[in-house]
Amino acid sequence: MAEALIFVLLMIDATIRVAAPLVLAAFAGMVAERSGVIDIGLEGKMLAGAFAAATAAAMTGSAWLGLIAAILVSIAFAMLHAYACVTHNGNQVVSGMAINILVAGLGPTLAIAWFGLAGQTPNLEGPARFAGFALPGADVLEALPLAGPLYKEVISGHNILVYLTVALIPVVAVLIYKTRFGLRLRAVGENPHAVDTAGISVAQLRYLAMAVNGALCGIAGAYLSTAAAAGFVRDMSAGKGYLALAAMIFGKWKPVPTVLACLLFAFADALQIRLQGVAIPGIGEIPVQAIQALPYILTVVLLAGFVGKAVAPKSSGIPYVKDR
Amino acid sequence: MKDEALPAWVEYFAIPGINLLMALIIAGLVVVFMGESPWVALGALLGGAFGSLEQFGYTLFYTTSFIFTGLAVAVAFHCGLFNIGGEGQAMMGGLGVTLVCLGYDGTSWPLLFPLAVMGAIAFGALWSFLPGYLQATRGSHTVITTIMFNFLAAILLNYLLVEVLIAPGQQSPQTIRFDEAGHLPFAHDLLRGFGLETGRSPLNITFLLALAVAGLVWLFLWRTRWGYEMRAVGQSEPAARYGGISPGPMIVMAMVISGALAGLMGVNEVMGSQHRLVLGFTAGFGFAGIAVALMGRNHPFGVVLAALLFGVLYQGGSELAFEIPTFTSDVVVVIQGLVILFCGALENIFRKPIVRIFEIRRLLREL
Amino acid sequence: MSTEAPQPSKDGAGEDGPFKGPSAIEDRLPSELLAIATPAIELQGIDKRFGTVHANRAVDLKIGRASIHGIVGENGAGKSTLMKILYGYYQADKGRILIDGRETRIARPSQAIKAGIGMVHQHFMLVDNFTVLENLMLGAEGAFWIRGSFNNARGVLSQVSWEYGLEVDPDAVVGDLPVGVQQRVEILKILFRGAEIIVLDEPTAVLTPQETQELFKILKRLRAEGKTVVLITHKLQEVMEVTDRVTVMRDGAVAGTLNTADTNKRELAELMVGRRVVLRVEKTRATPGRPCLEVDQLTVRDESGTARVEDITLAVHEGEILGIAGVSGNGQSELIEALAGLRRIDAGSIRLRGQVVALPNAELSPADMRNLGVTHVPEDRLKMGLISAFDASESAILGYQGDRAYNGPLLSDRGKIVNHCADLMQKFDVRPPEPQWRSGAFSGGNQQKLVLAREIERDPILLLVGQPTRGVDVGAIEFIHQRLIEMRDAGKAILLVSAELDEILGLADRVVVMFEGKIVGELTAEEASPKKIGLMMAGVVGNGS
Repeated sequence: MAEALIFVLLMIDATIRVAAPLVLAAFAGMVAERSGVIDIGLEGKMLAGAFAAATAAAMTGSAWLGLIAAILVSIAFAMLHAYACVTHNGNQVVSGMAINILVAGLGPTLAIAWFGLAGQTPNLEGPARFAGFALPGADVLEALPLAGPLYKEVISGHNILVYLTVALIPVVAVLIYKTRFGLRLRAVGENPHAVDTAGISVAQLRYLAMAVNGALCGIAGAYLSTAAAAGFVRDMSAGKGYLALAAMIFGKWKPVPTVLACLLFAFADALQIRLQGVAIPGIGEIPVQAIQALPYILTVVLLAGFVGKAVAPKSSGIPYVKDR
Repeated sequence: MKDEALPAWVEYFAIPGINLLMALIIAGLVVVFMGESPWVALGALLGGAFGSLEQFGYTLFYTTSFIFTGLAVAVAFHCGLFNIGGEGQAMMGGLGVTLVCLGYDGTSWPLLFPLAVMGAIAFGALWSFLPGYLQATRGSHTVITTIMFNFLAAILLNYLLVEVLIAPGQQSPQTIRFDEAGHLPFAHDLLRGFGLETGRSPLNITFLLALAVAGLVWLFLWRTRWGYEMRAVGQSEPAARYGGISPGPMIVMAMVISGALAGLMGVNEVMGSQHRLVLGFTAGFGFAGIAVALMGRNHPFGVVLAALLFGVLYQGGSELAFEIPTFTSDVVVVIQGLVILFCGALENIFRKPIVRIFEIRRLLREL
Repeated sequence: MSTEAPQPSKDGAGEDGPFKGPSAIEDRLPSELLAIATPAIELQGIDKRFGTVHANRAVDLKIGRASIHGIVGENGAGKSTLMKILYGYYQADKGRILIDGRETRIARPSQAIKAGIGMVHQHFMLVDNFTVLENLMLGAEGAFWIRGSFNNARGVLSQVSWEYGLEVDPDAVVGDLPVGVQQRVEILKILFRGAEIIVLDEPTAVLTPQETQELFKILKRLRAEGKTVVLITHKLQEVMEVTDRVTVMRDGAVAGTLNTADTNKRELAELMVGRRVVLRVEKTRATPGRPCLEVDQLTVRDESGTARVEDITLAVHEGEILGIAGVSGNGQSELIEALAGLRRIDAGSIRLRGQVVALPNAELSPADMRNLGVTHVPEDRLKMGLISAFDASESAILGYQGDRAYNGPLLSDRGKIVNHCADLMQKFDVRPPEPQWRSGAFSGGNQQKLVLAREIERDPILLLVGQPTRGVDVGAIEFIHQRLIEMRDAGKAILLVSAELDEILGLADRVVVMFEGKIVGELTAEEASPKKIGLMMAGVVGNGS
């Protein structure tokens, strides 16, 4: 019984670890698309953030400086995207793709130039990493039934970026639903003409949204290289940006459902690691790939409108041009 | 006048040229930033691509794959669609080739070649049919669905190569080596038949297939009524509907053809070079197809030229790593990204001023 | 023509209190006040071009404070553009804007809002998935946190709605509201921002007659409150009913500004339509044969369910041109598209040579219609008639791309396609006669000649033609008109839709006038006159008396 409990708790724990960067990236995508800018460059910006964080942390020995570098670099790429898509009405999908490919090459290239290591940055240790830490009382409370292990295994023991992510969830939700910026953001993705005629600059709003998008992607990137791993490795985002995009669609561009989608996808990931080589009574061994495929299949089914309907912000992907 | 017609040489050469130049300049700055001389790097790159017949063979081998994935993106684009699923479709194409080669071993390559081509086409098309169908009937955007299908293809291939098709006693996820029938003749072997001695390279007869396919795509797009109707849908849906063309079937057809083209890359890699199915054999070539198509202005002949350019970059880039120890072929990926950025997303930066120059010229001439 | 100096109106009824019943008196401001006060808005020499289109030509305009000022004109006369310049949505190329006598720079809507200008656009500027309150607040939120301003706005909203009788549920989602109520939201949005000048662009286009009356009550109340109202419309009835002064625009310029009390619909209609150079084509009397096209009680609805064509019955005979006149946007486009197989029909039937070819849920496709001998020159040649990125030779077979004449078993016959195009170009004098040129590279007139050539040379039994000479140079107009007459004389049936009155008068053997989706009158060529048709076009039903 206790074993089963610990198993469940460890699963939840693993889910949270995987979910954190997904949530950050999915929120980044949500803010961009709510403003009317499609962003398939989440992957690239995360990777850029990961590289910047690992590099800065390796050079300065401070994970915090790494985090700041990640945010700045990721914002820079977000601005590039905005410059192409908002200022020059460029194709948003092409621009996102360009960023993904550019970063995929740039990271390893610079890693070699600066560190002489093939496609990676030096191993980070000590304060150059965001390590997990126990919350006060974790050991003392352990004796309590259920609540004790829950506190120790699930709530305590994460790195600071996990807690930051948890804190950011309500912050972003409030930003979108309770502030002036949020009201305008939600409006500009639906009907930029309404925003323009209300005396608000569409371009300015979209740049601002992309800045938020960049910051969130940067934190997600720093998480990958300075918290989850101890340094930057080639292609370390491994499709998480696209998975975040799927989670955002699955969450219908709304904060809470998006978080739930991220948790679902992260749980699938944790599950497939656990289930490797394990035979389930009555079913036999489930190929882990079947579970891996789940998020993508679900997203396609949702997009096809067979289960509910995923309706994107009406003007996302369309450059704003005054009508005649 | 709203019509931004530019002379063909500007449209097809000057603008892509300027965009490429911008990409190369930025890449050069990266090289300088790394503390190397961009001119040395450029020399090493060109030397690596053209230095010997062997190296040139490699260049053309990569060109072959780029032609297929570039054509795939271009065809979809002519119907107004964005197919980012080339990577997954190419993987599936490779699977189709593998199944044919494993299923009909013990025959001979001339018999297997057409079957393998059909296998690649069928599996590639299968993988793009559903995104096309969902776009046509349910309005699900191909950009997202094809991304999802890329992952699904990777996962499927992973499953098959780890659990089903893996060579007995092997650790790495790959199939057994095909027997002789599953090896397409290499260019150096064929040329030896004519008494020409060249270095060994993976260049094989799929290169000729790629050139022929580029010609066929051109014929299809501009010399058949189906190509006409597909382009009409891509250019203007109201006009297509006025012309009695239903957009739905055209969208499905464009996606199926696009997937089939991407799938053909599998023939070159799997049957032409590696003679087995190896996980991750597509190596980003599917995505690079976007850059090739943008650079080639979505014209089949432009795509062939752009594919050659990328073949040079890719092969030259790999050689760079030997010449200059601080380099890897990642620099080529950087250039790919920059080309997509300048040819695609930032196209209007140079295009607008150029259009304006030509408008002023036209006005002056009229005066 | 222009009566610029303000003239005292006949009755000098005193100013009404804000809450006096609007039915009580013709509430008009004392005219002296109009004359003395600085105008609320003064536009000087406003000039605006969009590419080759000269949308506004040196427009001068004065609008008195606390008045309702009408701006009338046909579609494309430049009314909306002018007001969008006032609102800062577009910037004028030349000219000055004075608000309350002070020159004001309005380069952005935010500056217009600051200057106290609000505008209800023809297409509502509302966020569909927002509530009324959220829409109201957008751009006028006040503080960073919207909660406080929300409560504040709720209070202001209930106050304002009560004051003006504009009742709406503040928490209703705008997309779910009927258009009439959405318009109220737009007006509330403007009042919420404290606008003193309120511009409404064709506000009644989406309203029922009852809703229109309610809107007018509101406008009068606004005037009584001292606000300035500008009403853009093409309906003369409305101008007569509610405005104090009216400016008529034509071809981007002001054709005249008059006191409403001193004018009448006929005068306004004449100013609106103008006396353009009439290019009469020599033609003999028509000798109509048997009916070719018979339309019976046809109704066509758009995606939102609004009837665009309502209960229309008409017939076109062989050897006759039936002209459909009307201000564009009154259902002509939908009618012609339904006949061409491009729209589904919701009621009624279409017969060709006596055979029923289309019923609701049993429509024919454009290809079927072509096979039956119906060809179609669409109104918008750049959007539909041809594909500007295609070679001229390719555009010259649009709709016939599957024809055996141009196709082998697999490949199309490029040579035949080019020859066909060269042939059409020669017959219709398309210049330059270059089949390989991009369709978009030809001038408007030559593009149109190519489309006409394609559709006429198919030898149809019925030709549907929409706006055949829109954006076409004078030389080509005459040529096109001659071709249409020749076709008629060859015994073909032609249905001609045109917003150009002269074109209808010059070509049609019978004229049907459409207004708001319905036929408001039918005239023979002999009966038809610009005045009569102009009045009908403006929605004045009857025979123009």
